[in-house]
Amino acid sequence: MNINLTLIGQTIAFAIFVWFCVKYVWPPITEAMSARQKKIADGLSAADRASLDLELAQEKASKELQKAKEESAALIDQANKRAAQIVEASKDDARKEGEKIIEQARAEIQQERVQARDALRAEVAAIAIAGAEKILETSVDAKAHSEMLDKLAAEL
Amino acid sequence: MAADTPVEYIKHHLTNLTYGKLPEGYERADGTVVEEATWTMARTGQEAADMGFMAIHVDTMGWSIAMGLLFLGLFRFVAKRATTDTPSGVQNFVEMTVEFVQGIVRDVFHGRNPLIAPLALTLFVWIFLMNTLKLIPVDYIPSIAHAMGLEYFKIVPTTDPNGTFGIAIGVFLLILFYSFKVKGAGGFAKELSFTPFNHWSLVPFNLILEVLALIIKPISLALRLFGNMYAGEVIFILIALLPFWIQWTLNVPWAIFHLLVITLQAFIFTTLAVVYLSAAHEDH
Repeated sequence: MNINLTLIGQTIAFAIFVWFCVKYVWPPITEAMSARQKKIADGLSAADRASLDLELAQEKASKELQKAKEESAALIDQANKRAAQIVEASKDDARKEGEKIIEQARAEIQQERVQARDALRAEVAAIAIAGAEKILETSVDAKAHSEMLDKLAAEL
Repeated sequence: MAADTPVEYIKHHLTNLTYGKLPEGYERADGTVVEEATWTMARTGQEAADMGFMAIHVDTMGWSIAMGLLFLGLFRFVAKRATTDTPSGVQNFVEMTVEFVQGIVRDVFHGRNPLIAPLALTLFVWIFLMNTLKLIPVDYIPSIAHAMGLEYFKIVPTTDPNGTFGIAIGVFLLILFYSFKVKGAGGFAKELSFTPFNHWSLVPFNLILEVLALIIKPISLALRLFGNMYAGEVIFILIALLPFWIQWTLNVPWAIFHLLVITLQAFIFTTLAVVYLSAAHEDH
């Protein structure tokens, strides 16, 4: 129980141990610990972020799906409308075409009738002249009577 | 063993292995007279006492340094291969201790000083290891030392007042250093003079009170640790005087109880040292 130099020796030893601990022991351990803490915190926040991202992505995907459905519905609608229009238009065209053909046919018939009538008239005129010649027993000077004949033909 | 009676046995176990300077003309225990002042190993407690201040307790120094090296070696070993991945067993243990000490410092210390936490770690683990030596049965190491020709051998450095006061002085010097550094010489003098009573006529009273309070700090640190460890050691030695077949009924419970005391005393010393250093950092 004597107080002696051990006192000073112990103080020196203590000082050296503290110095060593401050310099070489404490920093690497606490750095590793805080680095690990940071790593874990980062991991957790990354997981949080990922689940949030997933939620967002799911929301976005369902939105996209909805949009696609709407678009396709609109497209089908449009296509239907367009088809109906085309059908309507082609019907119209066909009708017009038919009318035109009928009109043309009518015109041709008219023309042919006129021609036939003209031909008939000319023939009738010729027959009439021939008849008249027979009746008169003399030839009719076609030139001299052409005016009269034409008149006759027009009256027929 | 150089102990025949119980009193001698106890005295023997409480005497350190002392290497010191015997004065000129000193008559040694065996009757020889030292011709001139010599450095030698004390052969009796009386010789150790007569060596005065110029002596050193080889056992205290040896074991405390060994425990300090054990602490630093283990922690340095872990520090060098500290990984940020899943820590292995010994790293877990070291990190647990570091976190425990960080907790103490965070709760108690309010300044900013990177020295305090490692200081607290050193104090806690080192004192804990030195205290733990007490759990080695009291006769083992002294018997081995005796067989090697060493008369006295007391292995627990914290049962030596030199050991605990040495550490406390280290803490006290740090308290003084930081008081001067943080508050400045004037601020520190002002704090000693004008607290607790802020009036000029009470300056002498304040000074006496505050200087006493300051000096009490290392003394209370050292004596608390020393007293607890010394008392526990004496009880172990007393138990060791009983017949060997009955000793376990007493020393097993006492040792189990001491597991608590050892940890608690290391914890108290560390916490109080941090509290005192925190007070030294507070600038009013």
